[in-house]
Amino acid sequence: MSEHTEDLVEIRHLKQYFPVSMGFFKTKPLKAVDDVSFNIRRGETLGLVGESGCGKTTVGRTILNLYKPTSGDIIYDGKPIKSKNDIREFRKKATMVFQDPYSSLNPRMTVSDIIGEPLDIHKLYGNAQERRERILELMGYVGLNSEHASRYAHEFSGGQRQRIGIARSLAVNPEFIVCDEPVSALDVSIQAQVINMFDELQEKLGLTYLFIAHDLLVVRHISDRIAVMYLGKMVELADAKEIYDHPQHPYSISLLSAVPVPDPKEARANKRIVLSGDIPSPLNAPSGCPFRTRCPHAQKQCAETMPELKEISPGHFAACHIL
Amino acid sequence: MEKKPFSMQVDMEDFIPEEKAYMVNMRPASTFFKDGIRRLKKNKVAVVSFFIIVVITLAAIFIPMFWPYSYDQMLGMVPGQPVDNSFLNLAPFEYGKSEIARMEAGETIVPHIFGTDNQGRDYFIRVIYGTRISLAVGFFASIIVLIIGLTVGSVSGYVGGKVDLVIMRIVDMIYSLPDMLMVILLASVLKQVLETSLEGTALEKIGSNIISLFIVFGVLYWVSMARLIRGQILSLKQQEYVLAAKAAGAKGGRIILKHLIPNCFSVIIISTALQIPSAIFTESYLSFLGLGVNAPMPSLGSLASEALNGVTSYPYRLIIPAIVISLIVLSLNLFGDGLRDAFDPKLNV
Ligand SMILES: Nc1ncnc2c1ncn2[C@@H]1O[C@H](COP(=O)(O)OP(=O)(O)OP(=O)(O)O)[C@@H](O)[C@H]1O
Ligand code: SF4
Ligand SMILES: [Mg+2]
Repeated sequence: MSEHTEDLVEIRHLKQYFPVSMGFFKTKPLKAVDDVSFNIRRGETLGLVGESGCGKTTVGRTILNLYKPTSGDIIYDGKPIKSKNDIREFRKKATMVFQDPYSSLNPRMTVSDIIGEPLDIHKLYGNAQERRERILELMGYVGLNSEHASRYAHEFSGGQRQRIGIARSLAVNPEFIVCDEPVSALDVSIQAQVINMFDELQEKLGLTYLFIAHDLLVVRHISDRIAVMYLGKMVELADAKEIYDHPQHPYSISLLSAVPVPDPKEARANKRIVLSGDIPSPLNAPSGCPFRTRCPHAQKQCAETMPELKEISPGHFAACHIL
Repeated sequence: MEKKPFSMQVDMEDFIPEEKAYMVNMRPASTFFKDGIRRLKKNKVAVVSFFIIVVITLAAIFIPMFWPYSYDQMLGMVPGQPVDNSFLNLAPFEYGKSEIARMEAGETIVPHIFGTDNQGRDYFIRVIYGTRISLAVGFFASIIVLIIGLTVGSVSGYVGGKVDLVIMRIVDMIYSLPDMLMVILLASVLKQVLETSLEGTALEKIGSNIISLFIVFGVLYWVSMARLIRGQILSLKQQEYVLAAKAAGAKGGRIILKHLIPNCFSVIIISTALQIPSAIFTESYLSFLGLGVNAPMPSLGSLASEALNGVTSYPYRLIIPAIVISLIVLSLNLFGDGLRDAFDPKLNV
């Protein structure tokens, strides 16, 4: 534990373009993530929110090198992740919890084999006894019963399946976990339980999270800072409280107005801003500011130049011409 | 509370809720397999076919072990005695001269159920033995097809890109060849090449023809299996658990073996079951054309072919092996269809 950098993960100008075929021999790049830069501090939870299809999952997977980035750098613990060897080592430190608890568990494997797979791959045990003990320990972390070990994933409910997925992501004893909408497929009653579990695990194991969600309500309590994405671009990044109290970017303001407020008086006072129009397809994103087709404040300049992410107050970044 | 035998006393245990309520909600283990078996059992045609296959297979395996005659034993030829022509071309349940003499002396003689052939060999045991050969060829040829098809198909599907493109074009090429013609050509060419090189080796007994038959299967018939597996792998590799395995650091081989193949198991079993009858059929017509098993050894196809010579006098010698071939092929096909209906989840949504 020497000379730790403050930032555990640093993302610089990350781009992820998927080639989409347009008829014979013609492909067009789909800009799922377009020039995104941010950092994740050691021990914090960075919430990443945005509408469906804005590229959150792609950011998470590209950071973990599950997709090879089109360009840009991923710097982990001060070192860029480039070569095959880097990636192999990186896999022991950074893991992922997936969005869909159903398709992310192999139906032909038992719980103990699913959780034990990362251990098998990195040979993190000396003998079968050690492996078994480690698996039971992991199952204990996430509140699974030891008698579940020899069962198949399809026998479990969504919440229990997600716990299996979390136990798997903890197997290598990671420092950093990308949680890709880990609760959005779950029942509302279970969501809070699972989120609390993430919180407790973070405390106990000293984890750093990139916590993806599509609505602000979910990440509100667990996040230290929140980043808002729109159409492959980052539009705002600030402390969680700051974003709730003083959202700056027109898109964040509209997102927040959609979050239900517990106090009815306050709710009446806050007019809900309903965005007109659909999200444009990332295949033909609008010129200039990606939000301009739906922005109530759009001006001439917005169609011409892309606003840069700039610091509008200490630690609060936003990308908008009128700020 | 102690419970007395035969008492009507209410057992309080029955009213205490199950300690782990969520365990009740769990579906019992391996429902997929059990459901499949249950559906299969309901399918009468499949059950009957399965029964026929089992009976034929057991007969082919065990009867030659205790039957007093063997497939290449010419009954009229006893060393040190003149050839007894009374054994040639016996009708069913007839006996040779020496046998009648022994029966008069009080011995019991196992009857020649299907008579004998033109060399005095018991035809029943030849049919049984031929069935054994045909089944074995069908089984092993399917295994060869399975191994090659599975390997090529899964690698092609998983790796994708240019590798997939090249492999699939080769598959298309083989697929578009007229397969009967290719089988005959290959079999006759291989027969000559192999005959000389096999001399004196252990493989000689099996016969060059059977080996060339296997080669023919290995070269030509894997393509549809490969296509099928590739299609399965292509759709399975989109599943998130494959990505999860990659995130854990798994390499291609592990992903194919641990994640992809186990998930297309039902397809593999079904198509192998359907491959066996087609292999038996191919073996039969190759044998019929004289490209099958080597001389004294019978197979159902070669028996039918030999029977053609005397078809006017002894039509049953053609009919019997033909019926056995039809029975095997038909019941395997029907059973394979039953398997598919019971296990292919896409058909019973
Ligand atoms: N492998 C891929 N190939 C081509 N396009 C892709 C691929 N993965 C994602 N995309 C596209 O990239 C865009 C961003 O997708 P992504 O899954 O990252 O969105 P998301 O923010 O996670 O959405 P959701 O909330 O629905 O999970 C979408 O338009 C999607 O269609
Ligand atoms: S840059 Fe223009 S269009 Fe974009 S959010 Fe700001 S005001 Fe709206
Ligand atoms: Mg997503």
